[in-house]
Amino acid sequence: MVIRARDPFASLLGLQRSMENVMGSDWFGGRTSGSGVFPLVNVFSDGDDFVVVAELPGVKKEDLDIQVRGDTARIRGKKTIAYDESASVHRRERAAGEFDRTVQLPDQIDVAKVNAEYRDGVLTLRLPRAESAKPRTVAIN
Amino acid sequence: MVSQEVAPREKRELQQAEERTEAGKFFNPYADIHENERAVIVSLEVPGVDKSSVDIQLVKGVLTVKGTVDAAKYASLRSIYSEYDVGSYVRTFAVSPKIDASAISATITDGVLRIELPKSKEALARRIAVS
Repeated sequence: MVIRARDPFASLLGLQRSMENVMGSDWFGGRTSGSGVFPLVNVFSDGDDFVVVAELPGVKKEDLDIQVRGDTARIRGKKTIAYDESASVHRRERAAGEFDRTVQLPDQIDVAKVNAEYRDGVLTLRLPRAESAKPRTVAIN
Repeated sequence: MVSQEVAPREKRELQQAEERTEAGKFFNPYADIHENERAVIVSLEVPGVDKSSVDIQLVKGVLTVKGTVDAAKYASLRSIYSEYDVGSYVRTFAVSPKIDASAISATITDGVLRIELPKSKEALARRIAVS
Protein backbone atom coordinates (compact mmCIF):
# COMPACT_ATOMS: atom_id res chain seq x y z
CA MET A 1 0.00 0.00 0.00
CA VAL A 2 1.30 3.42 -0.86
CA ILE A 3 0.54 6.23 1.54
CA ARG A 4 0.59 9.62 -0.06
CA ALA A 5 1.55 12.56 2.05
CA ARG A 6 -0.96 15.39 2.03
CA ASP A 7 0.19 18.26 -0.05
CA PRO A 8 0.88 21.05 2.48
CA PHE A 9 0.38 23.66 -0.21
CA ALA A 10 -3.10 22.41 -1.01
CA SER A 11 -4.35 23.05 2.51
CA LEU A 12 -2.55 26.39 2.62
CA LEU A 13 -4.11 27.45 -0.65
CA GLY A 14 -7.50 26.28 0.61
CA LEU A 15 -7.13 28.50 3.66
CA GLN A 16 -6.10 31.44 1.55
CA ARG A 17 -9.05 30.89 -0.77
CA SER A 18 -11.61 30.82 2.03
CA MET A 19 -10.09 33.96 3.53
CA GLU A 20 -10.31 35.69 0.21
CA ASN A 21 -13.92 34.61 -0.07
CA VAL A 22 -14.73 36.19 3.28
CA MET A 23 -12.93 39.37 2.30
CA GLY A 24 -14.60 39.34 -1.09
CA SER A 25 -18.03 39.23 0.47
CA ASP A 26 -19.05 42.61 1.71
CA TRP A 27 -18.87 41.39 5.27
CA PHE A 28 -16.86 44.45 6.20
CA GLY A 29 -18.78 46.70 3.87
CA GLY A 30 -22.23 48.12 4.04
CA ARG A 31 -24.60 46.45 1.65
CA THR A 32 -24.47 42.70 2.05
CA SER A 33 -23.38 40.66 4.98
CA GLY A 34 -23.31 36.98 5.71
CA SER A 35 -21.01 34.09 6.21
CA GLY A 36 -21.00 33.05 2.58
CA VAL A 37 -20.62 34.63 -0.83
CA PHE A 38 -22.53 32.04 -2.85
CA PRO A 39 -24.92 32.44 -4.59
CA LEU A 40 -24.21 35.60 -6.51
CA VAL A 41 -27.23 37.90 -6.49
CA ASN A 42 -28.69 40.63 -8.60
CA VAL A 43 -30.95 43.09 -6.84
CA PHE A 44 -33.60 45.09 -8.62
CA SER A 45 -36.19 47.55 -7.48
CA ASP A 46 -39.70 47.38 -8.86
CA GLY A 47 -41.82 50.21 -7.49
CA ASP A 48 -41.84 49.69 -3.73
CA ASP A 49 -40.56 46.12 -4.00
CA PHE A 50 -37.05 44.75 -4.00
CA VAL A 51 -36.39 41.80 -6.28
CA VAL A 52 -33.43 39.55 -5.43
CA VAL A 53 -32.44 37.04 -8.10
CA ALA A 54 -29.89 34.24 -7.73
CA GLU A 55 -28.82 31.43 -10.04
CA LEU A 56 -28.72 28.05 -8.34
CA PRO A 57 -28.52 25.41 -11.05
CA GLY A 58 -28.81 21.87 -9.74
CA VAL A 59 -30.23 22.86 -6.37
CA LYS A 60 -33.50 21.15 -5.51
CA LYS A 61 -36.36 23.27 -4.26
CA GLU A 62 -36.60 21.26 -1.04
CA ASP A 63 -32.89 21.87 -0.33
CA LEU A 64 -33.43 25.62 -0.26
CA ASP A 65 -34.15 27.55 2.90
CA ILE A 66 -35.12 31.22 2.71
CA GLN A 67 -35.40 33.42 5.78
CA VAL A 68 -36.34 37.07 5.94
CA ARG A 69 -35.94 39.36 8.94
CA GLY A 70 -35.85 43.13 9.27
CA ASP A 71 -33.90 44.31 6.24
CA THR A 72 -32.09 41.06 5.48
CA ALA A 73 -32.80 37.98 3.42
CA ARG A 74 -30.93 34.77 4.01
CA ILE A 75 -30.47 32.15 1.29
CA ARG A 76 -29.27 28.84 2.59
CA GLY A 77 -29.09 25.38 1.16
CA LYS A 78 -27.02 22.66 -0.36
CA LYS A 79 -26.20 21.53 -3.83
CA THR A 80 -25.59 17.88 -4.48
CA ILE A 81 -24.38 16.25 -7.66
CA ALA A 82 -24.92 12.52 -7.84
CA TYR A 83 -23.86 10.11 -10.54
CA ASP A 84 -24.14 6.34 -10.43
CA GLU A 85 -21.09 4.67 -9.01
CA SER A 86 -20.38 2.61 -12.09
CA ALA A 87 -19.88 5.77 -14.15
CA SER A 88 -16.42 6.96 -15.06
CA VAL A 89 -15.94 10.70 -15.01
CA HIS A 90 -14.39 12.40 -18.02
CA ARG A 91 -14.79 15.95 -16.97
CA ARG A 92 -15.92 17.65 -13.80
CA GLU A 93 -16.49 21.38 -13.83
CA ARG A 94 -19.61 21.72 -11.72
CA ALA A 95 -19.14 22.36 -8.02
CA ALA A 96 -21.30 21.05 -5.19
CA GLY A 97 -21.51 21.92 -1.53
CA GLU A 98 -23.32 24.00 1.02
CA PHE A 99 -24.06 27.68 0.93
CA ASP A 100 -25.41 30.30 3.27
CA ARG A 101 -25.63 33.93 2.33
CA THR A 102 -27.30 36.92 3.87
CA VAL A 103 -28.24 39.85 1.68
CA GLN A 104 -28.89 43.16 3.35
CA LEU A 105 -31.34 45.49 1.64
CA PRO A 106 -31.39 49.25 1.93
CA ASP A 107 -34.80 49.29 3.66
CA GLN A 108 -37.00 47.35 6.04
CA ILE A 109 -39.05 44.55 4.44
CA ASP A 110 -42.65 43.61 4.99
CA VAL A 111 -41.86 40.06 6.06
CA ALA A 112 -45.45 38.84 5.72
CA LYS A 113 -45.65 39.74 2.02
CA VAL A 114 -42.41 38.17 0.80
CA ASN A 115 -42.81 35.93 -2.21
CA ALA A 116 -40.23 33.36 -3.35
CA GLU A 117 -40.23 31.56 -6.66
CA TYR A 118 -37.80 28.91 -7.84
CA ARG A 119 -37.87 27.96 -11.51
CA ASP A 120 -35.32 26.53 -13.92
CA GLY A 121 -32.56 26.93 -11.35
CA VAL A 122 -33.27 30.61 -10.75
CA LEU A 123 -34.50 31.86 -7.39
CA THR A 124 -36.52 35.07 -7.42
CA LEU A 125 -37.40 36.76 -4.14
CA ARG A 126 -39.88 39.59 -4.17
CA LEU A 127 -39.49 41.61 -1.00
CA PRO A 128 -42.00 44.42 -0.55
CA ARG A 129 -40.83 47.44 1.39
CA ALA A 130 -42.42 47.78 4.83
CA GLU A 131 -45.18 50.40 5.17
CA SER A 132 -43.07 52.26 7.72
CA ALA A 133 -40.18 52.51 5.25
CA LYS A 134 -42.23 53.97 2.41
CA PRO A 135 -41.84 57.68 1.89
CA ARG A 136 -44.91 59.79 2.58
CA THR A 137 -45.81 62.88 0.70
CA VAL A 138 -46.51 65.75 3.03
CA ALA A 139 -49.06 68.33 1.93
CA ILE A 140 -48.04 71.91 2.54
CA ASN A 141 -50.60 73.98 4.32
CA MET B 1 -20.56 14.46 1.13
CA VAL B 2 -21.45 18.12 1.26
CA SER B 3 -19.22 19.76 3.81
CA GLN B 4 -17.45 22.02 1.37
CA GLU B 5 -18.79 25.48 0.79
CA VAL B 6 -19.70 26.44 -2.75
CA ALA B 7 -17.51 29.22 -4.08
CA PRO B 8 -18.98 31.75 -6.49
CA ARG B 9 -17.48 31.75 -9.94
CA GLU B 10 -17.59 34.25 -12.69
CA LYS B 11 -19.29 33.11 -15.85
CA ARG B 12 -17.02 32.37 -18.76
CA GLU B 13 -17.88 34.46 -21.73
CA LEU B 14 -17.94 32.60 -25.00
CA GLN B 15 -14.76 32.61 -27.07
CA GLN B 16 -15.45 31.35 -30.53
CA ALA B 17 -13.84 31.46 -33.93
CA GLU B 18 -16.94 32.58 -35.74
CA GLU B 19 -18.52 35.78 -34.55
CA ARG B 20 -22.08 36.05 -33.38
CA THR B 21 -24.57 38.32 -35.01
CA GLU B 22 -27.22 37.86 -32.37
CA ALA B 23 -27.68 40.44 -29.68
CA GLY B 24 -26.96 39.68 -26.06
CA LYS B 25 -24.26 37.92 -24.14
CA PHE B 26 -23.34 34.27 -24.56
CA PHE B 27 -21.69 32.15 -21.93
CA ASN B 28 -19.95 28.82 -21.90
CA PRO B 29 -21.89 26.73 -19.36
CA TYR B 30 -20.10 24.55 -16.80
CA ALA B 31 -20.36 20.91 -17.76
CA ASP B 32 -19.74 17.46 -16.32
CA ILE B 33 -19.21 14.51 -18.61
CA HIS B 34 -19.42 10.97 -17.41
CA GLU B 35 -19.79 7.60 -19.00
CA ASN B 36 -21.43 4.38 -17.97
CA GLU B 37 -21.81 1.08 -19.79
CA ARG B 38 -24.65 2.26 -21.98
CA ALA B 39 -24.11 5.94 -22.59
CA VAL B 40 -22.07 9.09 -22.29
CA ILE B 41 -23.90 11.71 -20.22
CA VAL B 42 -23.27 15.42 -20.42
CA SER B 43 -24.69 17.65 -17.67
CA LEU B 44 -24.66 21.40 -18.25
CA GLU B 45 -25.57 24.19 -15.86
CA VAL B 46 -27.96 26.50 -17.66
CA PRO B 47 -29.93 28.46 -15.04
CA GLY B 48 -32.91 30.35 -16.42
CA VAL B 49 -33.33 28.14 -19.47
CA ASP B 50 -36.65 26.34 -19.76
CA LYS B 51 -37.57 23.24 -21.73
CA SER B 52 -38.77 25.12 -24.78
CA SER B 53 -35.71 27.31 -25.19
CA VAL B 54 -33.13 24.55 -25.53
CA ASP B 55 -31.74 23.77 -28.95
CA ILE B 56 -29.57 20.68 -29.36
CA GLN B 57 -28.13 19.77 -32.74
CA LEU B 58 -25.76 17.10 -33.92
CA VAL B 59 -24.16 17.97 -37.24
CA LYS B 60 -21.14 16.10 -38.60
CA GLY B 61 -20.17 14.74 -35.23
CA VAL B 62 -20.40 18.09 -33.48
CA LEU B 63 -23.01 18.47 -30.78
CA THR B 64 -24.11 22.06 -30.35
CA VAL B 65 -26.12 22.92 -27.28
CA LYS B 66 -27.79 26.26 -27.03
CA GLY B 67 -29.97 27.52 -24.22
CA THR B 68 -31.67 30.87 -24.57
CA VAL B 69 -32.42 32.96 -21.52
CA ASP B 70 -35.25 35.39 -21.76
CA ALA B 71 -33.95 38.60 -20.22
CA ALA B 72 -37.21 40.42 -20.98
CA LYS B 73 -38.60 39.82 -17.51
CA TYR B 74 -35.82 42.00 -16.08
CA ALA B 75 -36.40 44.80 -18.57
CA SER B 76 -39.07 46.53 -16.51
CA LEU B 77 -37.00 46.35 -13.32
CA ARG B 78 -34.43 48.87 -12.22
CA SER B 79 -31.11 47.30 -11.29
CA ILE B 80 -29.72 48.52 -7.99
CA TYR B 81 -26.97 46.00 -7.33
CA SER B 82 -25.47 43.45 -9.69
CA GLU B 83 -23.05 40.59 -9.19
CA TYR B 84 -23.57 38.48 -12.27
CA ASP B 85 -24.44 38.86 -15.93
CA VAL B 86 -27.47 37.32 -17.56
CA GLY B 87 -27.10 35.76 -20.99
CA SER B 88 -27.67 32.71 -23.08
CA TYR B 89 -25.50 29.60 -23.12
CA VAL B 90 -23.72 27.90 -26.00
CA ARG B 91 -21.30 25.03 -25.96
CA THR B 92 -20.14 22.52 -28.55
CA PHE B 93 -18.77 19.03 -28.07
CA ALA B 94 -17.11 16.67 -30.52
CA VAL B 95 -19.02 13.41 -30.37
CA SER B 96 -17.43 10.02 -30.89
CA PRO B 97 -18.71 8.10 -33.95
CA LYS B 98 -19.60 5.29 -31.55
CA ILE B 99 -22.61 7.28 -30.41
CA ASP B 100 -26.04 6.33 -31.72
CA ALA B 101 -27.12 9.75 -33.03
CA SER B 102 -30.76 8.76 -33.47
CA ALA B 103 -31.16 7.85 -29.80
CA ILE B 104 -29.83 11.00 -28.13
CA SER B 105 -32.18 12.26 -25.43
CA ALA B 106 -32.20 15.23 -23.10
CA THR B 107 -33.95 16.33 -19.92
CA ILE B 108 -33.81 19.58 -18.00
CA THR B 109 -34.37 19.93 -14.24
CA ASP B 110 -33.66 22.91 -11.99
CA GLY B 111 -31.45 24.57 -14.56
CA VAL B 112 -29.33 21.51 -15.31
CA LEU B 113 -29.53 20.10 -18.81
CA ARG B 114 -28.72 16.40 -19.00
CA ILE B 115 -27.96 15.01 -22.44
CA GLU B 116 -27.71 11.28 -22.81
CA LEU B 117 -25.68 10.01 -25.75
CA PRO B 118 -26.26 6.25 -26.00
CA LYS B 119 -23.50 4.11 -27.44
CA SER B 120 -24.35 2.32 -30.66
CA LYS B 121 -24.84 -1.43 -30.55
CA GLU B 122 -21.54 -2.08 -32.30
CA ALA B 123 -19.69 -0.05 -29.71
CA LEU B 124 -21.16 -1.83 -26.70
CA ALA B 125 -18.69 -4.22 -25.15
CA ARG B 126 -19.72 -7.80 -25.67
CA ARG B 127 -18.89 -10.50 -23.22
CA ILE B 128 -17.77 -13.69 -24.90
CA ALA B 129 -18.25 -16.87 -23.00
CA VAL B 130 -15.51 -19.45 -23.23
CA SER B 131 -16.91 -22.80 -24.14
